[in-house]
Amino acid sequence: MANVGAINVTTASVDAAADAMAGPRGARPRRMLSRRNIFLYGALFIAAVYYLLPLYVMVVTSVKGMPEIRLGNIFSPPMEITFEPWVKAWATACTGLNCEGLSRGFWNSVQITVPSVLLSIVIASLNGYALANWRFKGANLFFTILIVGAFIPYQVMIYPIVILLREMGLYGSLTGLVLVHTIFGMPILTLLFRNYFSSVPEELFKAARVDGAGFWGIYFKIMLPMSLPIFVVAMIIQVTGIWNDFLFGVVYARPETYPMTVQLNNIINSTQGVKEYNVNMAATIITGLVPLIVYFASGRLFVRGIAAGAVKG
Amino acid sequence: MTQRRPNQLFRNLNAKIAALPMILTATVVFAGGTAWTVLYSFTDSGLLPKLDFVGLAQYERLWGTPRWLVSIENLFIFGICSLIFSMLIGFILAALLDQKIRFENTFRTIFLYPFALSFIVTGLVWQWLLNPQFGIQAVVRSWGWENFNFNPLYNADIVIYGVLIAALWQGTGLVMCLMLAGLRGIDEDIWKAARVDGIPMWKTYLFIVIPMMRPVFITTIVLIASGIVRVYDLVVAQTSGGPGIASEVPAKYVYDMMFASQNLGQGFAASTMMLLSVVIVIIPWAYLEFGGRKRHG
Amino acid sequence: MLAFGAVQAFSDWEDKMKTIKTFLTASTLLGATALAQAADLEVTHWWTSGGEAAAVAEFAKALEEKTDHTWIDGAIAGGGNTARPIMISRMTGGDPMAATQFNHGRQAEELIEAGLLRDLTSLAEEEGWRDVVKPVSLLDSCTIDGQVYCVPINIHSWQWLWLSNKAFEDAGVPVPTNWEEFVAAAPALEEAGKIPLAIGRQPWQTSGAFQVLLVSVVGPDVYLKVYRDKDAEVAAGPEVAKAFQAADQARKMAEKSTVQLWQDATNLLITGQAGGQIMGDWAQGDFQLAGQVAGEDYTCLPGLGVHEVLMTGGDAFYFPSVDDPEITAAQEDLASIMLAPETQVAFNLKKGSLPVRGDVDLEAANDCMRKGLEILASGNTVPDTNQLMTQDTLTQVNDLFAQFFADPNLTPEAAQERFAEIVASAE
Repeated sequence: MANVGAINVTTASVDAAADAMAGPRGARPRRMLSRRNIFLYGALFIAAVYYLLPLYVMVVTSVKGMPEIRLGNIFSPPMEITFEPWVKAWATACTGLNCEGLSRGFWNSVQITVPSVLLSIVIASLNGYALANWRFKGANLFFTILIVGAFIPYQVMIYPIVILLREMGLYGSLTGLVLVHTIFGMPILTLLFRNYFSSVPEELFKAARVDGAGFWGIYFKIMLPMSLPIFVVAMIIQVTGIWNDFLFGVVYARPETYPMTVQLNNIINSTQGVKEYNVNMAATIITGLVPLIVYFASGRLFVRGIAAGAVKG
Repeated sequence: MTQRRPNQLFRNLNAKIAALPMILTATVVFAGGTAWTVLYSFTDSGLLPKLDFVGLAQYERLWGTPRWLVSIENLFIFGICSLIFSMLIGFILAALLDQKIRFENTFRTIFLYPFALSFIVTGLVWQWLLNPQFGIQAVVRSWGWENFNFNPLYNADIVIYGVLIAALWQGTGLVMCLMLAGLRGIDEDIWKAARVDGIPMWKTYLFIVIPMMRPVFITTIVLIASGIVRVYDLVVAQTSGGPGIASEVPAKYVYDMMFASQNLGQGFAASTMMLLSVVIVIIPWAYLEFGGRKRHG
Repeated sequence: MLAFGAVQAFSDWEDKMKTIKTFLTASTLLGATALAQAADLEVTHWWTSGGEAAAVAEFAKALEEKTDHTWIDGAIAGGGNTARPIMISRMTGGDPMAATQFNHGRQAEELIEAGLLRDLTSLAEEEGWRDVVKPVSLLDSCTIDGQVYCVPINIHSWQWLWLSNKAFEDAGVPVPTNWEEFVAAAPALEEAGKIPLAIGRQPWQTSGAFQVLLVSVVGPDVYLKVYRDKDAEVAAGPEVAKAFQAADQARKMAEKSTVQLWQDATNLLITGQAGGQIMGDWAQGDFQLAGQVAGEDYTCLPGLGVHEVLMTGGDAFYFPSVDDPEITAAQEDLASIMLAPETQVAFNLKKGSLPVRGDVDLEAANDCMRKGLEILASGNTVPDTNQLMTQDTLTQVNDLFAQFFADPNLTPEAAQERFAEIVASAE
């Protein structure tokens, strides 16, 4: 029964944390047109121009025809708006024999991304939990190796991993690809989860121990419910990374399971052929939409999650 | 020793089972893969890995290659600037957003969105923006500043800063989010106390808030630094390493050696050097970070 | 220990599965021998832009019309550098594709030594490839120790100077007919506000242009001495010095050319903002797409109008060794179809490249393609750099050339000295 007590404490502190994080800090706002506000919004506006300028160029280019693009005025608004490049990028652009544009690899990408994101998060969260709360001898050694691993250029690991997957009988399979994404996502995610779990108040942990909760009990009853935000953070980092992956997709998968980025690359990266800039831009924006939607959908949680995760190392 | 308390072993067993994937990844993939790489860096493997030892020949050639030396220099400039500016811009943006402003959600999304876009097109768009004939320079000149000069991509001395501008555009959003989160974790009472004592805002940030955010900074530094060391796609997309070899970076050298020059041994030697320098930085840090501090047995 | 145990178990299990699979395949085969043996052929290539994709489609169409095989398309853009890791991974991972595009030349030697690529000699002899492939050097570069390992399918050449007629009209000078005249016209172009020489600043383009200057200025004999015989003395000599001088002129003429992609550089010609560009024959696709007519709107000078020699590089297909007898048979069908006269015509017209057979007629070819065909017919060809030097040496040479183009402080003399050093140390 004391277990319930512990969970109640948990809920209370989650609420407290949520309250604490709900509002921004800093000085209180004053009059609308104070010098401070002019400076504040001015700075934000200039920063926003820097971030938006490339997007503006991309969008404008994507609705121009090729003859207009050849004139070379990248900032001018389109004289004639055409959505043909968008249609082409999504549905009719040819790569080799297949003229289905990006739509061809869309479901493959979903099939790769969903299990990879789930598996990598489950595993990294357990790793982080064990590292933060259940230290065992040598744990930090493995963790250090893992952090060093975050710095290895992926390309160097291609062949050793081919050999590994071959020996495991997983080469060329979706399972193999999911495993590779899990492995390369592990260093940063483990760091994120480890820091988060060690910031959970020690009292909660001790109370649960006194109540007789074990490793898995504490993970499922305390850590998991308390750390939904960090799971969202991890999801956002992984969705972005895996959705945009090209290298692992082509090296470890087969043509019928190639992700959407292979088509994206085929549309925008031909070396000798004619470049269709408008289709390139449209294809890029389309491919970026999925991570973008994830950002929008979980924007608030993203910030709150990292707050708790990174605050206390 | 470890069995002093009866349930210690059982408890650790569970943790070990949970950490098994990490242990396997760390030993088999990262340590194993690294050992494999180091081993083959002493061979003259070409297109295929083969155990044909040539001693230190690959390393001698590596340090005698102008392109590698340029790459190292670029990584230093790019790395230091990128680290400083990412942290600075990320922190300032986060601090600005933290002033109870309107449209916080919109601004945050604007700053974060480049993170979702592929490097190939990011590089292409920045190529256009930085083009002196029709990019930013041309526009500013057409406004009347005839002498305005902003042409980084075609000047070998400053091209790496052109790449930096695009890299910051792509990556600062995530840094800002981490920083903002860190700021939101600072107790309201600290701000109140600082105001009561009449400490100016900048001093509060510099001497109270930032030191409290140490863990955030560490997480962020690891995230940015690993991205810097591996930077490859952006350079390929924006300059292909040009003009000449002026914007080459080590990861690109490794990749080009492995797959373009068909000289795996040379690529592995270069990546071994990269790893060695990372290890030299990380091991003392890990020692400081993990040494002594222990919780829950 | 646990890890190794698991891997071992996996591998045992895999072996068992293989035995079962082999057994199943064998029994299927017994039942199927009477029928036409249809196989799925996975083909990897890097042709993805409009015209390129249309050209590949000709291969697939021919394969599916003439046989029961199915073409599984594995298009990956990005050229050989992207394809290489995929090829090697698939082969060493034990899951090779049925056929893959690759540059012919010395690049595949190691794969052949390792027994990963299939020997096509019997098919080549049966069909008499040695008699039909022209220039025969293309087949030579597919041949190692007397065995044929690849099918050459087209010829692309780098040695073209493209000129914008409009730019020269605007500047009031006649369109040049060779490199010297072009250099002489540069001041007039500059006065008229034009960029004399447009060049994309990506290193592969500047080094490529340098290679073109080298072979066109020094001529085929000296080129072969340097690249084939690795004669460092010739490389340091006065003939090659002329090429470095020409490259010095070129980099001065290209000073104001601030674009990255070759397509953007070609666009400068199309819009009359630049006088000329050194680029391979694929640049024609862009001129044609913009509605330009060869001879009227633009002019092409093969071999820069100096030595009308073409380097016969191009693409080839290799066939990895596979166990499956159905695929083995199908690979031969595909190889044979790729080289068949009608496929050659259909493919190369779409691709804008030249066929590897001398016995086909390209009626639809335009002005510039005809010039190329004539040079091929007269036998004024030299092997591509790829076929003479290892990739490793070529990278060093290309790095030097790219650096020379970008760095005005690197004198022609100093660059030539380094060039000779690289040649001396080449295998």
